[in-house]
Amino acid sequence: MSPVEKALQQRILVLDGAMGTMLQRYNFSEEDFRGERFKDFPHPLKGNNDLLSLTQPEAIKDVHAQYFEAGADIVETNTFSGTTIGMADYHMEDLVYELNYESARLAREVADAYTTKNPTQPRFVAGSIGPTNRTASMSPDVNDPGFRAVTFDELRIAYKQQVEALIDGGSDILLVETIFDTLNAKAALFAIEEVKEERHLDIPVMVSGTITDASGRTLSGQTVEAFLISIQHIDLLSIGFNCALGADQLKPYLKRLAHNTTLNISAHPNAGLPNAFGQYDQTPEEMQALIKDYLDDNLINIIGGCCGTTPNHIRLIAEVAAQYQPRKLQTA
Amino acid sequence: MSRTNKIHLQLSGLEPLLVTEESIFVNVGERTNVTGSRKFLRLIKEEKYEEALDIARNQVEGGAQIIDINMDEGMLDGVHAMTKFLNLIAAEPDIARVPIMIDSSKWEIIEAGLKVIQGKGVVNSISLKEGEQAFIHHAKLIRRYGAAVIVMAFDEVGQADTYERRIEICKRSYDILVNVVQFPAADIIFDPNIFPVGTGMEEHRRNAVDFFKATAWIRENLPLANISGGVSNVSFSFRGNDKVREAMHSAFLYHAIQHGMTMGIVNPEMLEIYDEIDPTLLEYVEDVLLDRRDDATERLLDLAESFKGESKTGEKAVQEWRNGSLQDRLTHSLVKGVDEFIEVDVEEARLQSERAIDVIEVNLMAGMNVVGDLFGSGKMFLPQVVKSARVMKKAVAYLLPFIEAQKDGQSASAGKVLMATVKGDVHDIGKNIVAVVLGCNNFEIIDLGVMVPPERIIETAVRENVDIIGLSGLITPSLDEMVYLAKELDKLNIKIPIMIGGATTSRAHTAVKIAPEYKDTVVHVNDASRAVTVASNLLQAETKANYVKAIREEYDKLRDGYLNRSREKNYHTIAGARQNKRALDWQNFTPVKPNFIGQKTIEVPLEALVDFIDWTPFFQSWQLFGKYPAILNDEVVGTEATKLFTDAQSMLRQMVDEKWVEAKGVFGIFPANTVNDDDIELTDANGNKIAQFLTLRQQSQKTAGAPNIALADFIAPKDSGKQDYMGCFCVTTGFGVDEKAARFEQNLDDYNAIMVKALADRFAEALAEYLHLRVRKEFWGYAADEKLSNSELIAEDYKGIRPAPGYPACPDHLEKPTIFELLDVTNQIGVTLTESMAMWPASSVSGYYFAHPESKYFGLGKIKEDQVADYAQRRGISLEEAMRWLGPNIAD
Repeated sequence: MSPVEKALQQRILVLDGAMGTMLQRYNFSEEDFRGERFKDFPHPLKGNNDLLSLTQPEAIKDVHAQYFEAGADIVETNTFSGTTIGMADYHMEDLVYELNYESARLAREVADAYTTKNPTQPRFVAGSIGPTNRTASMSPDVNDPGFRAVTFDELRIAYKQQVEALIDGGSDILLVETIFDTLNAKAALFAIEEVKEERHLDIPVMVSGTITDASGRTLSGQTVEAFLISIQHIDLLSIGFNCALGADQLKPYLKRLAHNTTLNISAHPNAGLPNAFGQYDQTPEEMQALIKDYLDDNLINIIGGCCGTTPNHIRLIAEVAAQYQPRKLQTA
Repeated sequence: MSRTNKIHLQLSGLEPLLVTEESIFVNVGERTNVTGSRKFLRLIKEEKYEEALDIARNQVEGGAQIIDINMDEGMLDGVHAMTKFLNLIAAEPDIARVPIMIDSSKWEIIEAGLKVIQGKGVVNSISLKEGEQAFIHHAKLIRRYGAAVIVMAFDEVGQADTYERRIEICKRSYDILVNVVQFPAADIIFDPNIFPVGTGMEEHRRNAVDFFKATAWIRENLPLANISGGVSNVSFSFRGNDKVREAMHSAFLYHAIQHGMTMGIVNPEMLEIYDEIDPTLLEYVEDVLLDRRDDATERLLDLAESFKGESKTGEKAVQEWRNGSLQDRLTHSLVKGVDEFIEVDVEEARLQSERAIDVIEVNLMAGMNVVGDLFGSGKMFLPQVVKSARVMKKAVAYLLPFIEAQKDGQSASAGKVLMATVKGDVHDIGKNIVAVVLGCNNFEIIDLGVMVPPERIIETAVRENVDIIGLSGLITPSLDEMVYLAKELDKLNIKIPIMIGGATTSRAHTAVKIAPEYKDTVVHVNDASRAVTVASNLLQAETKANYVKAIREEYDKLRDGYLNRSREKNYHTIAGARQNKRALDWQNFTPVKPNFIGQKTIEVPLEALVDFIDWTPFFQSWQLFGKYPAILNDEVVGTEATKLFTDAQSMLRQMVDEKWVEAKGVFGIFPANTVNDDDIELTDANGNKIAQFLTLRQQSQKTAGAPNIALADFIAPKDSGKQDYMGCFCVTTGFGVDEKAARFEQNLDDYNAIMVKALADRFAEALAEYLHLRVRKEFWGYAADEKLSNSELIAEDYKGIRPAPGYPACPDHLEKPTIFELLDVTNQIGVTLTESMAMWPASSVSGYYFAHPESKYFGLGKIKEDQVADYAQRRGISLEEAMRWLGPNIAD
């Protein structure tokens, strides 16, 4: 059993909060994004947050450290868009391996420092695998429903490269997250299984879908139950939801998930819904109260935050989580 | 503790489907299957995906909990069709809510399907047929794609047909899946083979019982596995008697479910409610199913007769229809294709009519209108219509002398249609069918036959003042002939609508290549049932203007769409494609030296070929779509297919007994090596070069790892140092066919005229299959110990291939002259080549032999101009000529 599985049996594990929200506070300019290395790169790079792992590594490490300091057990690598498909927007497909490797290495370094400081609370690195900006089971063109902007094989190849680099850089866990099209996630899981087989290794895999709105379905139309069935063909460490909704809107779907699975359950909701200016203004205290409801209902094994959450949110979430036992799994 | 939580089979589309102990029987929709539904096949072939989606939608609305999708048909690009259709389904939430069953015998089609479904579907199916290695490989991938799987009770030895074999194979499959592949047991669905009962054969008596017992055994001994099957097979021998079949299906399901069957393919319309089955019938049916009495089958057969009496075709009914009114009797004869009483009834009608011509124009046309309506609405099938036409012709022939005597002119024909198979092409079965169908709808047909030069078509059209010109062709060069003819007609300012038909023609080709060359209307008619509607629309004054305008607009749109569509295919340069050739390991392979080298002529008694006949294409030539023998059992066309098959069998017997045709062939096997990547050099036994075959190479960019194949890849290259071999052949069963057909036509019997040609075509293919077998086992001998059943032969389960020039692997018709010269075909067996490289007589087959165990059939697909230029140089012809011959394969 891996250390993270062992820890999960003993307590609720806390995942970190938003990376993007924290990086915004640095107000990095185009020059900051470029750094010395890419100062002559022919395309604009501002907004390519994954690139900051190479050009502003101290900032990334600092964000990881802040979350560990707040009590997080797991931090996510800064690799949400780290595939050739996501990096194509910035013409940086060739850097994908390095971006993922370095991001995992930075997180690993900070995690190991905290584990050394307090060996009773081992800290973990989850390699973040985002959905890419294309969908394999939906057409972007309403007039041509049979068209696809990306194929399963293209996704599989891109994900495989990301997975290999994340493992090489020292990830303990792989986290396939913010899944709005299950077919994309299946391509990621396929790639993970390929790497596991080729390298004769086992690495825990977390899967986290996204329920986009009050319809209670993923963007690609699946219900909670159908989504659950569609991604369970490989062994998973946990299944859960993140993003799009605040903790209160997400709760009914987590309940449906919990009702149908004996897997560990994770959740990392947004800090409420965005306000008129696109900002998240749910306070850490408000979010803590909502997460306490989850815990009272025995829904959670892994808890954290997504868009708009900060180290302060995570601190209060970690405090309340420490007072509860993890959700009990019925033996199959 | 397990990290997964699966207890029972769980599937998903947009919504979940759980199969638990408490679940009711899961009904799998089976109409979206090109092998089972003629309509669906047609829609997919014509790329009418909207309507094809409607079929899927209707099934889901009708209660199907899973939909089975099958695109296994020779003329379809199965990977493309599966991908496209599933992508479109994904955009239809009311269909996509149920799980998909991906049904194919081809792994690449299964895998293409798995790559486009977001839910957890079912693969239908895999088995141990090709050994453990392939089984494990496929199962592992299916798991990785996240699907459940149907496992057929089939192994290296064959299909399980006893209780012991069923449980032996299922147990072995299960153990491999669970222990070796770690496949979740709940995701395994066994299909333990439902076979017919009540066939009268001793060895079939226990088919249902063995299925039930095996089902129970699997449920007890192979935890969590599910059971599925195709239920209609069980009543196969009672086809034509729906009452009995419906009872059998219900009773079978009742017992199968009791024994643990959980899901299956069932046609809900062919199912009686178990409790409502007539008690006697139920007892007799269950006697058969459960093998309770020695005389169970005879008793059910006797009883079945009495139920037949209730339906329309029984003895009693035959007597009764003779009591109807005169018009009813005439209509009955025409609709049923019965000629026994037609002359009596026509005579009666003539005596009642003022003029003999009125019998045709009033009575007979009324009957033929019923035929037309039934055919148009899909309630009659082509063989029936051709039989109707035969009765009509007899009736008209009877009346003609009286009409002549009354001399008051002509029957008001609906219009005059010229029909011709274009220059260079000898195939006419389809053209004859259209001619018959039009003929029985009162069109006057001028049939110019086959290989008709354009001048003759034009001259006849003008002289006879025809209303429509109908052009047909089967081989690809005929497409150019049609374009040429359209240009010539246009030059002469002729304004007669053209109808285009035949196997290689298409709406797209007609719109893009033919229509722009002609100021008047050009319409593609894809099947005989549409010919009447199209012809009527073209000729009726009130519809013509709008119809012609609509066709023109439709084709303009289609053409613009086609030309603007940047086909998202990428191509290698020919050099790049050669880099990515199918690289076989020649160093570790020693070609088998043939027992015989040189050229040889053979003659074979027809009797020897009967078992080699592949019947599926026979039904296709009659526009009945479905695989033999399942087609005999098809819920829609089964009855007609069975009648047609019976007629075919009796003519087949006669052909064999009376030696209507000769079966002869010539083949050769020669030392051969690949040179310059794509050419194959043949030598005589002394090493002198005697011929060079030119092969064409796939150029479209494939998924990673897939090679760009040319046939030359299957022969050892000269620089490998290995001496390889290849063969070629030409066979015919066509001499004598045209004479026979002509005699039938003289007797006004188009049905049998078409039949004899269709059967001769089957014999030619059978002879090719037969000769290939002897080459493999005897003359060449590379597969001396091969032992295959006939169905395995038809399924091409053997080693080595026999591709034919003009077909997908080698569409270049110019290879035929090389074969003909090398084997001295025309002198040896009399077969000749037309200027378009069609073989005459039409019932002939030619091709190559490749022996390498890895050689396989493939489609060339589209090639680029750089290869065409390279080919022109190799062939020693101009680029223009090369473009003309390879036109249909050149990418736009």
